[in-house]
Amino acid sequence: MEHIVIIGNGISGITAARHIRKLSNKRITVISSESDFFFSRTALMYVYMGHMKFEHIQPYENWFWKKNNINLVRGFVSHVDVKNKQLTIDKIHKINYDKLIIATGSKPNKFGWLGQDLDGVTGMYHKQDLENLEKHSNRCESAVIVGGGLIGIELAEMLLSRGKKVTFLVREDSFWNGVLPKEESEMINRHIREHHINLRLATNLKEILPDENGQVKAIVTDKDETIPCQVVGLTAGVTPNVEFLKNSGIELGRGVKVNRYLETSIKDVYALGDCAEQLEPVGDRRPIEAVWYTGRMMGETVAQTICGKPTQYKPGHWFNSAKFLDIEYQTYGWVWAQPKENEDQYYWEHADGKKCVRLVYDKKSREFLGINIFGIRMRHAFFDKALTEQWTVDRVISSLKDANFDPEFFKSYESAIQRVFLANA
Amino acid sequence: MKSTEHKSLSIANPNPPIDSIQKIALALGFLGLFILLLSLFNVDLPNKPIFLALSILSVFIGIFLYARQMYLNQPEGIKNNGVWLKGFTNRGSWAWVLGVVLTAFYVVLYWYPEYLGLGKGKPNTGVIVLFDPLSYFLKNQAASEWFVYGVLYTLAIVGFGFKFIFKYRHNKYQIVRTISVMFFQLGFAFLLPEMLLRFNQPFNDFKNMWPLNYYFFDEWHLKELLNHGSFGLFMLIFGLAMIFIISPILTYFYGKRWYCSWVCGCGGLAETAGDSFRHLSNKKVSAWKFERWMIHGVLVFSMIMTIAVIFTFLSKNPKLSIITRDQFVWGISIFLSVVIALLVFYKKSQFDKDTRYTIFSLGVIIVGAILINHFSGSKNILFFQSYKLREWYAFFIGAAFSGVVGVGFYPLLGNRVWCRFGCPMAAILGLQQRLFSRFRITTNGGQCISCGNCSTYCEMGIDVRSYAQKGENIVRASCVGCGVCSAVCPRGVLKLENKSTIGRINSDAVLLGNDVDLLTLIKAQKQ
Repeated sequence: MEHIVIIGNGISGITAARHIRKLSNKRITVISSESDFFFSRTALMYVYMGHMKFEHIQPYENWFWKKNNINLVRGFVSHVDVKNKQLTIDKIHKINYDKLIIATGSKPNKFGWLGQDLDGVTGMYHKQDLENLEKHSNRCESAVIVGGGLIGIELAEMLLSRGKKVTFLVREDSFWNGVLPKEESEMINRHIREHHINLRLATNLKEILPDENGQVKAIVTDKDETIPCQVVGLTAGVTPNVEFLKNSGIELGRGVKVNRYLETSIKDVYALGDCAEQLEPVGDRRPIEAVWYTGRMMGETVAQTICGKPTQYKPGHWFNSAKFLDIEYQTYGWVWAQPKENEDQYYWEHADGKKCVRLVYDKKSREFLGINIFGIRMRHAFFDKALTEQWTVDRVISSLKDANFDPEFFKSYESAIQRVFLANA
Repeated sequence: MKSTEHKSLSIANPNPPIDSIQKIALALGFLGLFILLLSLFNVDLPNKPIFLALSILSVFIGIFLYARQMYLNQPEGIKNNGVWLKGFTNRGSWAWVLGVVLTAFYVVLYWYPEYLGLGKGKPNTGVIVLFDPLSYFLKNQAASEWFVYGVLYTLAIVGFGFKFIFKYRHNKYQIVRTISVMFFQLGFAFLLPEMLLRFNQPFNDFKNMWPLNYYFFDEWHLKELLNHGSFGLFMLIFGLAMIFIISPILTYFYGKRWYCSWVCGCGGLAETAGDSFRHLSNKKVSAWKFERWMIHGVLVFSMIMTIAVIFTFLSKNPKLSIITRDQFVWGISIFLSVVIALLVFYKKSQFDKDTRYTIFSLGVIIVGAILINHFSGSKNILFFQSYKLREWYAFFIGAAFSGVVGVGFYPLLGNRVWCRFGCPMAAILGLQQRLFSRFRITTNGGQCISCGNCSTYCEMGIDVRSYAQKGENIVRASCVGCGVCSAVCPRGVLKLENKSTIGRINSDAVLLGNDVDLLTLIKAQKQ
């Protein structure tokens, strides 16, 4: 029986394993050095915040894996020998594979800051980061977070929930404005401050200072300010976690290079999820997509290929979502921070400053290209259809009521949005 | 280098210990409880109306003020910080203490009301006599242990209802729903029935339906209604209409939530006072299996008990009855057979475990009814007396399960143990919700990140995530439609909806996001 070995038990690796199991009775082994069982990485924050226990963020009960004959191995793959199709785990155990799936995800970026490895400095990516944060939590009164992205604001929310004073260093002059247009970004700036987070825009980290025990004592910014703190969160993006493949012969760029079939340069070796780097990116997508659902979709795709139905990774229209403290965010299609040449935009913001909608469309054809939604829930299926069928922005606006996904009795804003749109048209 | 410490000090601590208003609120709340405790130990309080009012108002204002201070000082949003880190909400020592106190209270209330001061022939004392002023004011009668219980129960729903509204003030569904349970408790379960007594009418909680109201078909109750002229007859007809007309129609359009989380008193207490414990429900698949056995078992028990009780009533009161006992038993059997036939006919394409359990349960009831008819004399049914069966039901289901376990174990097993495992009403509404209703929880394409907030905060122990992460609608018999899964979802994935029944159960759904060919392929492989 063919032996499929998957390195990494995150959403990509586990989705691949589950779908291969659905389609075949191949032997499946999943190796992880991080945890015994699959858990939702995006939910780690809620464990620290006390919304859930760790067991709650495991989507399957522990008996699930044995019942579905998916063999779980805890260990660190230290070497991949593609010639003999053999892995070395924890430098001792050897394990052979027929097909190998690399799904090792990412690791937090560190840019060589002075003091970046001190006791009390942490990323927020792995289960071990959570444990590390918990370890320093009692000692921590103040924390500094470095890096204004999605993980940064989540870490801020986490620390805030435990009553820590949080200072948030953001390199850009407005939060996440490489992705968010000005108004949205400023809305989140305001919301961050409303939560008593000390937001420092256009500020970089220069150095982390230790106390006499080698623990974090303070940080120094590039403006030579010293901010006392006991915990430093480094959340300046992530990089594919592929160092262990350096001498394997598998072609690497920033991540593992893969073609549309998610095949690497070596036969019978595939790569998925955060650690995969597309040789030719799909549409406007980035070559490396560190997003939950793309990992899931790659898992579904590779399972088809491995089970005899070669299938290309073809993600549909871009979408994503996040939550910035109390403000929910959804996006469908492409909305760039700076509009492109051919694009026009239409922006509506509620008077409370916590809800807004931005629609992007083509100037000439008026084709709907994308939407940002803050503080209102809308239907994925609606926008997926509108994008596939290339609706005009006018049609999207006029049928916006069908898109609403807010709970019953919620005030609806479609008519307000429509009114302002018509006034501007 | 300039220090910026002064700046970080200017930032208010977002989680301060309780403030002075909350301290006053706590003092007031416990003062109110202390007055109750004093009266329980038969301290002869002078001027009872004042002490009673002081006690009730202190408790209410205490809860109201505390919650108001706690939630209105924070931005709107989900407030689950630290739920699993605090002992009180994670089965710690305070949770245990509260569980023991509540359980003890229910044991005393049901079986030893004399400890509360019930006189049993002699004048009442203790905490019961403290409530006399209010009781006389409302119905011109002395208070009983049930009056005391009713007041405290209503106080809990209204007080903690406000707490719930402050907590979810960003969510209009939660606000409207909570106002509804507060209204039905205060108006329909408490004030109206007490007023009816004042006007010499039978005590009647119009919203309390059979079989949750298991005494509805009891001999004494039927006689009481029939002896109260046209108003009594109206109550009887309204009760029957609730069961056979109003409830099926509402459940068809809105799901069982119209009752369980909008109207019902048990549900009302669970949603308000029990909200702090909703996450303690068991989400394991094994718990779901147990739930199916329990709920169908209780359903069969309550049906057969009722059939036996009505059977006995018809045997003993042929003059009061419109139908004979033979007609009754055969009528029931034919009615249930028609239901089974409809189920088989309409649902044969989606015959799942739920449907099989349902059909099996209905079959058992039919057999039970026929056996009763065949083997029963005028007093005995199936070799024992019907009032014995009724007594056992009242003991095990009506008191031990719904009260002692159902509420007493809130801090340990979660707030909906009774509704999930023991309520025959929830069972019937659930069967209909599963099979004939427009209600479902819709999932939003591919946005689910499997975080688990929905499952964790589902008071009914439904593993909501297991559906959401597959893009499947949630159509479950047990769902009471509280809407909290939707509220706590950080990605806007869940929405409670009443829509066409076509495509409502989409167990072959696949997640949106992939290009169309792969979606079609996966769909084809699933079938």
